[in-house]
Amino acid sequence: MNVDLTNVNCTVAVTGLKTGDNPQPGTPVIRCLRDAGFKGKIVALVYDALEAGIYVEDLADEIYLMPFPSGGSEVFLRRLDYILSKVKIDVIIPTLDSEIINYIRLEDKLTDRGIKFFLPTEEQFLARDKTKLNRLFEELGISVPKSIFCSDAQELYNIVSIITFPFFIKGRLYEAYEVYTLDDAFAVFAKLKAKWGLPIIVQEKVIGDEFNVALLGDGEGGMLGMIPQRKIIITDKGKGFGGVVVENPELTEFAKKVISNLKWRGPAELEVIQNSAGQIFVIEINPRFPAWIRLSAGAGQNLPAMSLMKALDMPVEPIDTYATGTIFIRHSEDIISHISKFGTISSLGELHNKEGK
Amino acid sequence: MDTTKLKKLALSESGFIFDPSTGISYNSNEMAMRIISLLNKERNEAEIIAKITEEYDINQETFTRDLDYFISQLRNLHLVS
Repeated sequence: MNVDLTNVNCTVAVTGLKTGDNPQPGTPVIRCLRDAGFKGKIVALVYDALEAGIYVEDLADEIYLMPFPSGGSEVFLRRLDYILSKVKIDVIIPTLDSEIINYIRLEDKLTDRGIKFFLPTEEQFLARDKTKLNRLFEELGISVPKSIFCSDAQELYNIVSIITFPFFIKGRLYEAYEVYTLDDAFAVFAKLKAKWGLPIIVQEKVIGDEFNVALLGDGEGGMLGMIPQRKIIITDKGKGFGGVVVENPELTEFAKKVISNLKWRGPAELEVIQNSAGQIFVIEINPRFPAWIRLSAGAGQNLPAMSLMKALDMPVEPIDTYATGTIFIRHSEDIISHISKFGTISSLGELHNKEGK
Repeated sequence: MDTTKLKKLALSESGFIFDPSTGISYNSNEMAMRIISLLNKERNEAEIIAKITEEYDINQETFTRDLDYFISQLRNLHLVS
């Protein structure tokens, strides 16, 4: 049932090779492509010379340091053009929340350079933004926990009469903390405001079973594949370091409804909670593959491989079966390398692991 | 008793039970596995008591109490209703 990329010969760029306690999805995305038999060149685009994936043997063929997304499109394109003078890139799979909108907005310029991707439109991307999700989904009849957007910490005094403790305080892009008292709430508000800016989101805590769904939308309202999992190991940062694939028909129908309404194109991760009455709430929609995406290949749906084929305009048949009970357990290990590798990437901004490929 | 959810559980001979709809897993002993298997065959409580006291060296009063407790645990876990 899994996708075969043995005969797909192209060069794919992937971002996000940081691993560690808050891993990025780039490394497992590359592993999924290799799992599907992909023998083409992998170019890793990194933001830090110490992203661990750089040092993993047989992962990326070439690695290039990139300017941060906040640097703007001109700086980005200048760097990209330099990279393209060294290596042709056919497809790019960005995996980080903060960079994806830039790629979407630069679609025409990337197309001019012969680079394809399979990502949502700007409209779809913005519709799932945490600050818009609430209003949009209520209109569509999709449940979302009660959420209030807050630009001033003083508003917390009023909010506690609307949303009862404990509740979550979330940054606009990243991080969420459960708070039990007003003192906690003020402290977290200040922390998230300093780190991610305003607005801060105060969100009701829904009690129930939490699930994460990795999926690939076809852009026309259909689903090319989806793998739902329940976290079975959760770190103190709330990251899932182990999970099991579940089969929950209500969850499947719910995910299909969300994707159909958004006409979502490309990869996404839905974070949902099902309460004891069976009602399902969307917590977040992340516009990229999750860091646990290798589970999709293990369960019979290699979603990154399918997204590569879609980017290349190859026909992709939707897959609606998967192996329930497949689990992943994340482990960390020490990679042994040499300081010269770090020296090369940090001083030259690029590293060529395999020449002549 | 509605045992629809119970029937959907994946049971292994080792006593490991996996609920594919929630991802929750449980460990159980031989007796629990036997009771679940009888519940899945639509046996009522009286039939289960008769069957188990016939198969095992246990008196009816003790087993009736244990069975009540076990079924209440299944209810708490939303596996029967």
